Amino acid sequence: MSNTPTDRRYAKSHEWLKDEGDGSFTIGITDHAQGLLGDLVFVDLPEVGTAVEAGNDCAVVESVKAASDVYSPVTGEVIAVNEALDGAPETINDDAFGNGWMFKVKVADAGESDSLLDAAGYDALIAEEE
Amino acid sequence: MSKQTVLYEKHQAMGARLVPFGGWDMPLHYGSQLDEHHQVRRDAGMFDVSHMTVVDLKGGGAKSYLRYLLANDVARLKESGKALYSCMLNEQGGVVDDLIVYYLNDEWYRMVVNAGTTEKDLAWLDRMSTEYDVTITPRHDLAMIAVQGPNARAKALPLLSANLQQTGAELKPFNAVADGEWFVARTGYTGEDGFEIMLPGERAAHFWQQLNDVGVAPCGLGARDTLRLEAGMNLYGSDMDEETSPLEAGLGWTVAWEPEARNFVGRPVLERQRKDPQKKRFVGLVLTGRGVLRNHLKLFDGQQAIGEITSGGFAPTLERSIALARVEPDIGGTCEVEIRGKRVAAQVVKPPFARNGKATITL
Repeated sequence: MSNTPTDRRYAKSHEWLKDEGDGSFTIGITDHAQGLLGDLVFVDLPEVGTAVEAGNDCAVVESVKAASDVYSPVTGEVIAVNEALDGAPETINDDAFGNGWMFKVKVADAGESDSLLDAAGYDALIAEEE
Repeated sequence: MSKQTVLYEKHQAMGARLVPFGGWDMPLHYGSQLDEHHQVRRDAGMFDVSHMTVVDLKGGGAKSYLRYLLANDVARLKESGKALYSCMLNEQGGVVDDLIVYYLNDEWYRMVVNAGTTEKDLAWLDRMSTEYDVTITPRHDLAMIAVQGPNARAKALPLLSANLQQTGAELKPFNAVADGEWFVARTGYTGEDGFEIMLPGERAAHFWQQLNDVGVAPCGLGARDTLRLEAGMNLYGSDMDEETSPLEAGLGWTVAWEPEARNFVGRPVLERQRKDPQKKRFVGLVLTGRGVLRNHLKLFDGQQAIGEITSGGFAPTLERSIALARVEPDIGGTCEVEIRGKRVAAQVVKPPFARNGKATITL
């Protein structure tokens, strides 16, 4: 049984994206991604006000093992970051789809996320990789 | 196709994430690398180190052979069971491998070499042996389990033979005792007390299960790496290799210069380097800014490049990022590390960073 939430969309690079209904999206990495990375020990978030472009790296998560880039699935401006992660990066391991959210982006084109995967599509992607 | 140790099925059954390492499929962790790290610092954990190779060296020429082969001097070993850490050098003074050698008697020594280097090590051992009366036998029939942590010995001892329970309990650090095909050494690679136990391969799965049943947690290569890094212990292939001399890898203490008359492989090069004021230093780093130190990151003093990290990572005991680094001889007490294009401050320290459950540096 998949635990991939159906209320959001997914990038092939393992980020999730949730439409907040006000022209902004909350972004994080998936539970599958945190599992691959292992225990997270450091998160480098973008600054509020940063312009991000779809497909470009804008944050970094580091596990005990390695550093990994996080890509913004959409183009826009960072309007909030999850500062609680700074002292507690393991929150992403514990709750990747909830309290482990990373940053919020205000987008110019809300339709941009339509090209991303839905939960079923993302589950199929994971199944294919394994 | 990677090789599997005799404990492979145990690892699978215990939920290991298995990864290729040194030609073997080995457990990276069994769920959480951090938990495993803390388990070893606070209680007891076990590692399958059967991928490493045990080599027996027997014969009347074994001692003189090893005195020529190794940069440390096995003549220092006088009591049966005593262990010695040494580098094995090439003629250029580079490190072919680092190893532990145990003295059993004048005609029997046993060494343990790294997994990834086994093939070239055996070829090198063979090539260096032509003038000596020594028989070199890799013991692929033996498995090896490291049981490490403050409670490791107390938990492991009752599972051993009556004979080993007694002799094992009396072992001093860096000593070993044999009983038939079992071999118990009070050594390790974590900075904690414990045993490294060699045993017949067919007995390993049962013994692993028994250890698990008395609360010794299975631990993977991930925790093994953070534990050894905190303990300030070098990793072959990262901190030194065939291009690096032990004098530039913080291993000068393992080179036995006395007696002067002892000729060992690489000695002439090391003698020259010993007097070179420009030779690099090997130091510890603690990151004071934000981020994680990683292998190969470059170090700076202002615009001046002053060295490189040889192994870096997150230190769970210190909750900081730490590293071992090779640097210019005149480095000061602080430096900067370039992480993803940004300069981050680091403090220069003398390893180890943590041992016996506690930090050994003041931050």
